[in-house]
Amino acid sequence: MALGIEASLGDSIVTTKLDAIVNWGRQYSLWPMVFGTACCAIEFMSAAASQHDISRFGAEVVRFSPRQADLMLVCGTISYKQAPILKRIYEQMPEPKWVVAMGACASSGGIYDNYCTVQGIDTVIPVDVYISGCPPRPEAVLDALIKIQEQIRTESVLVDRHKDFKGILD
Amino acid sequence: MNETLTDKLGVLFPDNRCRQVLDSIVMDVAPDTLVRTMERLKTYPDLGFTMLLDITAVDYLTYPEETSTRFKVVYVLRNWSRNWLLQVVVEVADPERGLPSVSTIWGAADWAEREVYDQYGIVFTGHPDLRRILNHWQFKGHPLRKDYDIRQGQICFETDSLEREIRARLATKGVDESTMRDINTEMMFLNLGPSHPATHGAIRIFTALDGETIMANVNEIGYLHRGFEKTAEHRTYNQVIPLTDRLNYCSALLNNIAYVKAVESWLGLEITERAMFMRVVLSEFFRIQDHLVCLAANLVDMGGLTNYWYLYNEKEASYDLISRLTGARLTSSFTRIGGMYRDFYEGWEADMEHQLAAIEKGVDDSLSLVLQNRIVHDRTQGTCLLPAETALSYGFTGPNLRASGVAFDLRKDNPYYHYDAFDFNVPVGSTGDIYDRIMVRFEEIFESIKIIRQAMKMIPDGDIFVFDHRYVLPPKEQVYNRIEGLANHFKLIFEGVKVSAGEWYDSFEAANGELGFYFVSDGSGRPYKLKVRPPCFYAMAGFHTMVEGEMIADAVINLGSINIIGGELDR
Repeated sequence: MALGIEASLGDSIVTTKLDAIVNWGRQYSLWPMVFGTACCAIEFMSAAASQHDISRFGAEVVRFSPRQADLMLVCGTISYKQAPILKRIYEQMPEPKWVVAMGACASSGGIYDNYCTVQGIDTVIPVDVYISGCPPRPEAVLDALIKIQEQIRTESVLVDRHKDFKGILD
Repeated sequence: MNETLTDKLGVLFPDNRCRQVLDSIVMDVAPDTLVRTMERLKTYPDLGFTMLLDITAVDYLTYPEETSTRFKVVYVLRNWSRNWLLQVVVEVADPERGLPSVSTIWGAADWAEREVYDQYGIVFTGHPDLRRILNHWQFKGHPLRKDYDIRQGQICFETDSLEREIRARLATKGVDESTMRDINTEMMFLNLGPSHPATHGAIRIFTALDGETIMANVNEIGYLHRGFEKTAEHRTYNQVIPLTDRLNYCSALLNNIAYVKAVESWLGLEITERAMFMRVVLSEFFRIQDHLVCLAANLVDMGGLTNYWYLYNEKEASYDLISRLTGARLTSSFTRIGGMYRDFYEGWEADMEHQLAAIEKGVDDSLSLVLQNRIVHDRTQGTCLLPAETALSYGFTGPNLRASGVAFDLRKDNPYYHYDAFDFNVPVGSTGDIYDRIMVRFEEIFESIKIIRQAMKMIPDGDIFVFDHRYVLPPKEQVYNRIEGLANHFKLIFEGVKVSAGEWYDSFEAANGELGFYFVSDGSGRPYKLKVRPPCFYAMAGFHTMVEGEMIADAVINLGSINIIGGELDR
């Protein structure tokens, strides 16, 4: 039962908004790039393994090449030595891209308030979702994934979200 | 046993003062005789200190007692076959003039001296490549010096290219620009890491390739340096326990136990029988977890993804037991100085037995894919050899050393917690190739299961704490109702467990090898200095000797087979 313009286009054509159709695709086929450095990466392994099975949310195609990924999961502590690499890999990811800071260290430096640890990766790259916990449980990773999906649904495909971001390395 | 060592040292080195601290002998050596003494310690058949376990320094700037020099360097040596532990202490008058390097005597000294230089700024003259190792190359100052502020971070803008280092390494192999021109080829430089799936964390493996063959290899670590040692100086002894979780995070509870054991042995604190057995059960259980992750990841690197499900699913299932017991999946923080945080819950035996049976099945399933598998055999046998002598020189310990045929296991050779009462074998390899390292780990899983089953039969009832309120928090009922209890609680929380002044080293057989802790206490509730002797660090230091001349693909599975864990490697 089509209405408006769809009525005159016949059964084989559906009209929708660009945002809705593109975001629908992006939302359920996120390809994560796991930037795993520490303990959190072990919990990400659990999230990917059979029991929690991240593929139920369409994000099981874990890419280790940033050029093939659109979701960066930063699992673990980022030290000042690591920071330029994190930034470089983020820049290698094609737009559109989203970033999850997994765990206390990636979010804020965690218990490592000292000379070598970056106090939150949002000082280096823009972050969309933070996961608390040290380390977070796999369920929390899945929850963050759902949050990213919700965020993608409401975004406009035309807006450059992080045009004005400036980190400590810029 | 140690008396004979003291006698021998007294005869050979009459000028040096020796004293016994716990189960090791401490010997003071003058800087100008250091190299000669060290050579004799290693090569004299009567002494035979073939292993250099660790080198660290102490900065006495804020130490309450006055010392003759600000810095001292400590070398920890071991004769594994006779169970002798020796600490050589050298005073450093001027850190810029420093000490002579011992890197020609032990391979392990190469990275160990670089770490001391990086953290304390003590120069080692004659060292082949003295540069920073944990901190980045743009770092200024030396963070473990007492006058370096813990929160003074320094931004790194660019990664070190390592080109000079790899060319130097190539030159030692006799390969330089002219040879390349002669054979009409070019070296290809290839980076594995720091962010690469094969590195299992953040390590940078830099190789010079001729075709697919690795001609030279230089490794860079420190990407996960989180300042464990500096942070520990600002925490009370019990507050350090959560930090130890994050050393080898695949077997967090083993680190907890190793750490409190080191503090307790200095305090002379005898923990209760039940606590000891709990620690045995849990350390073996976590040893299994560690090996499961290592093997699962290693076989995935080889392309055997099914093994990952068989092995990792059992680890995942074990989390049910672990989180029911400790409240956390990964970071347990389950020990306290003087005992355990909680007793086992009711009905744990059935859960444990169920889990052990499941692990046996998972491992058997995985072995059925591996044991007769031609591809696995072809890829792993005879590749990336580690001869026993090299392994000892570079300070390899644990399963990696045993795979090279050295039957050294602290649980057998220097038993603690009644390990001498358990019936178990120490599996050893024959050649030290990747196959041996994989199989030693598989076998150790079965041995650990054996120990747990025996310990479960023998575990007595009783307290899990020593009721000595200098060390252990009083029960809540006393805290709420009596002033002594309240004061006790307050003091233990705010000031920490008071540990008498001194310096000591204590070691523990962790899943990856000898996990040691070197403490300096000034008598307060916080460690004046705490140095970890991480087994991974020394395994990684010897990595290049294993992969040079091998194929690039073998380097990847070799890294998996020595089980490098970033948290412990970089601290």
